[in-house]
Amino acid sequence: MAKIIINQDRCKGCFLCVNFCPKGLIKKSVKLNKQGLNFAEFSRRGNLNKGGIPPKAGDLTDCIGCMQCVVICPDCCIEVDK
Amino acid sequence: MKKTFKHCQSLYDLPTHYCPGCGHGIAHRLVAEVVQELGIREKTIGIAPVGCAVVAYDYWNFDCSEAAHGRALAVATAIKRVHPRNIVFTYQGDGDLAAIGTNETIHAANRGENLSVVFINNAVYGMTGGQLAPTTLLGQKTSTSIEGREKKAHGYPLKISEMLALLPGVCYIERVSLHSPPEVLKAKRAIKQAFENQIHNLGFSLVEILSPCPTYWGLAPKESLDWIRDVMQKEFPLGRIK
Amino acid sequence: MKILLSGNEAIAQGAIQAGCSFYAGYPITPQNEIIAYMAKHMPKKGVFIQAESELAAINMVYGASAAGVRAMTSSSSPGISLKQEGISYIAGAQLPAVIVNIMRGGPGLGNIAPAQSDYFQATRGGGHGDYHLIVLAPACVQEAYDLTQTGFDLADKYRIPVMILGDGILGQMMEPVEIRRQKTENRKQKQPIKPWALTGCKGRKPNIVKSFFLREGALEEFNLKLQKNYEIIRQKEARFEGLFLSDAKVILVAYGTMARIAKSAIFELRKEGYKIGLIRPISLWPFPVNAFRHPSIVNRHPSFLVIEMSYGQMLEDVRLAVGGRQQVEFFGRSGGGVPTEGQIMNKVKKILS
Repeated sequence: MAKIIINQDRCKGCFLCVNFCPKGLIKKSVKLNKQGLNFAEFSRRGNLNKGGIPPKAGDLTDCIGCMQCVVICPDCCIEVDK
Repeated sequence: MKKTFKHCQSLYDLPTHYCPGCGHGIAHRLVAEVVQELGIREKTIGIAPVGCAVVAYDYWNFDCSEAAHGRALAVATAIKRVHPRNIVFTYQGDGDLAAIGTNETIHAANRGENLSVVFINNAVYGMTGGQLAPTTLLGQKTSTSIEGREKKAHGYPLKISEMLALLPGVCYIERVSLHSPPEVLKAKRAIKQAFENQIHNLGFSLVEILSPCPTYWGLAPKESLDWIRDVMQKEFPLGRIK
Repeated sequence: MKILLSGNEAIAQGAIQAGCSFYAGYPITPQNEIIAYMAKHMPKKGVFIQAESELAAINMVYGASAAGVRAMTSSSSPGISLKQEGISYIAGAQLPAVIVNIMRGGPGLGNIAPAQSDYFQATRGGGHGDYHLIVLAPACVQEAYDLTQTGFDLADKYRIPVMILGDGILGQMMEPVEIRRQKTENRKQKQPIKPWALTGCKGRKPNIVKSFFLREGALEEFNLKLQKNYEIIRQKEARFEGLFLSDAKVILVAYGTMARIAKSAIFELRKEGYKIGLIRPISLWPFPVNAFRHPSIVNRHPSFLVIEMSYGQMLEDVRLAVGGRQQVEFFGRSGGGVPTEGQIMNKVKKILS
């Protein structure tokens, strides 16, 4: 399956991607980025905050590569690998 | 695996100065992608407005000019007439295009100038602190309509796209929105249409984009998109106007 | 070859001769012959636009100049006031342009009679910010034709807006003009290459035409760059005509049409034995201060009499140039009033008595 990569330091934390991910795979981070903001984080399976699995290179994920997060991101922070 | 989205050459890979959830970031990207896909980067000349998007040229990787507030279409008219083979577009906000620059807008459209206009309607003056714009909705609170826009005091939201559609020099007007991913894709198609019209010398094309301003709407980014969907597009219906 | 032209037509013809290929304007008396002439005679490859307003016209000139061609607009006093914002942007974006002001009476709607009361506006910048225009003031139709061409050359050389400042008399009167046998093609070759122009970024990095400098210190840096340019212009481009300066006891100072009337007064006065001279500034900015500071003048202590179709505007520049070393007198009329030869002669005699 696909995988998204989020430029966490550029992310301004608008979380539009979180709202539009049909699989609920993007979540607000607990940590802060360089700008001091919570950022969007990708989990390869399930909700990160509720026992989801953090991303790891090469893993299969639940991401269907629908690109909605990419399309709505105002800051070009998201790339998708399919 | 291959990357299915990456920065196109027409857009610098840079963070923008816009607020979180601002529609300008999306609209800038759409313009850049259209320019890239049409293969016209090397002959495109963009006109940046006065307003939040004044430094759009810091993000676009092609020739650009600033214009005084409201005068983008006068500047664009001259550049296009001097270089008819270049692709010239303006990117203007509602205050720029529909208040201080109404005259330039109407007359450029009426002359049928072969230009493409990207018109960002976010119903407020963003850069100056959220004042009443010509497109502010009735009842909408801004820093200069504290109790909300009132028709007696402030008049009605100006539907300049519908007005422009009356002019014979205008070939294409569509109103689109950025309130969801499918709508964003429609917006991109409309922008592409406006550029293609220019390539085919069809005359004046304008795409009005309903765009969120979470900061001066006092809403969270997602709530802003919902407000466009539930409230704003009732006043400014989406779709092809001409 | 000489042809009979009005001042307005001569300016328009001069512009075309100089390779001006873009004109945008809005009708206003007494300069309508310029816009009409441009509409009729603009070469086929050029662009003529009657704009919807003076604001649109000056911003079209901004656009055309940004696109790399020689561009001009013209108007008269109230219209020039409207153009000031655009002129400031042109100066801020370091674009060359020629702006013609055929002055009429003011303030407000004023009247359509000749006047020189836009001197301050022209020489002090006129719009917002620390900038200057080169201001050239022709006194006859031939000079209007020649200085317009000079104006385009200076505009390109220094990347600065240039104003041709005339008045209703100069604009309307007709005189024979020697048409310089310079083909447009040749002149075009004289235009400098403009690597900053907007032409599409093929084979180079994108060009940006702008006057917005948000980063701390950036605008100050840019302004200092402009000031450096202005200093060079002050040193190199001051122009004036001097007449009978070696023996004059009273030196009249007048520009444009006013200088012609001053000249006839001088010839009359000299017939009567009065030693009178003339300094006629041709460039109003940069003001030809050195004309007033020449040792041969300073050492003889003549008086100066400034004559204007306004109430003491150029007077200030003359006082600054003279620096209190000599007496500076003034005579002016405005609002349609033009100082006559007789009035000037009386004033001079009073000074000498």
